[in-house]
Amino acid sequence: MQLTINGSAREITAVATVEELLRQLALDPRGVVVERNREIVRRPLVATTPVRDGDVIEIVHFVGGG
Amino acid sequence: MLEIGGQRFSSRLLVGTGKYRSNDEMLRAIEASGSGVVTVAVRRVNLDRADDAGILHHLGADRYFLLANTAGCYSADEAIRYARLGREAGFNDFVKLEVIGDRETLLPDVAGLLEATVVLAREGFKVLAYTNDDLVTALRLEAAGAVAVMPLASPIGSGLGLLNPYFIRTIKARLSVPVIVDAGVGTASDACLVMEQGVDGILMNTAIAEAADPVRMATAMRLGVEAGRAAYLAGRMPRREVAVPSSPTTGLLD
Repeated sequence: MQLTINGSAREITAVATVEELLRQLALDPRGVVVERNREIVRRPLVATTPVRDGDVIEIVHFVGGG
Repeated sequence: MLEIGGQRFSSRLLVGTGKYRSNDEMLRAIEASGSGVVTVAVRRVNLDRADDAGILHHLGADRYFLLANTAGCYSADEAIRYARLGREAGFNDFVKLEVIGDRETLLPDVAGLLEATVVLAREGFKVLAYTNDDLVTALRLEAAGAVAVMPLASPIGSGLGLLNPYFIRTIKARLSVPVIVDAGVGTASDACLVMEQGVDGILMNTAIAEAADPVRMATAMRLGVEAGRAAYLAGRMPRREVAVPSSPTTGLLD
């Protein structure tokens, strides 16, 4: 499936949920926050929120800052 | 004891986590600063780098009170988006709100800042608003629901020190919420002078991270903050335009 993740177009092996997407990207769901089509995916819903072809996904975390 | 938005902190120094040469140096500097609060930024995970672990991998998630910022945001909407993302990380409802209005000076867009403060406070955020040293803006931010107002000493990362002690004193005198001076201190005497104005605390990053020896500078800043606070509480002597001898003027030899 085709997704836009963090600003780049990516071809991903089909996944059904945000949690599956994170696992495919080798990311720990507890360490990131996800936006799907500009809406925050609430933490408890990561396992059940669907991912569909063409979705725009942002995956963020905390970095050093002032 | 510093209290912001119902949360108590043992140190009046809050520190950033950006610009360090290494994670190890950052950790030792934060430790030396004695700070219990560290700021962090929200950014995209770099998916092309397997080792982009994020700062919590190094910092630990429960050792310090994490204060997410909205650095790099140039509109209220953007800042609100970043604040919500930061909160979803699940640590607390606090946000260091920045809405920048000018790329050269990084001075705040106070209209955007007020707008974002209103929205976020309504959503239950504890907003610490980074602002300029303008009293009226500070009063508006307090009225909009900010739990702390954070006027600058001088522009972010400039190290120019406290440019306007009078304005900072005025803001402190007029606000009920804590006043935390954020940005601009360059060295320990700046931190001391800021605290001597009676403010509740200081937030700094570059002055420590860009020092030749950040760990030593962090220690100096801790002492500077403590010295300035103690001096403020002690109450300084009045300034006089004339000299007054310290030794007795009686009992002198003929």
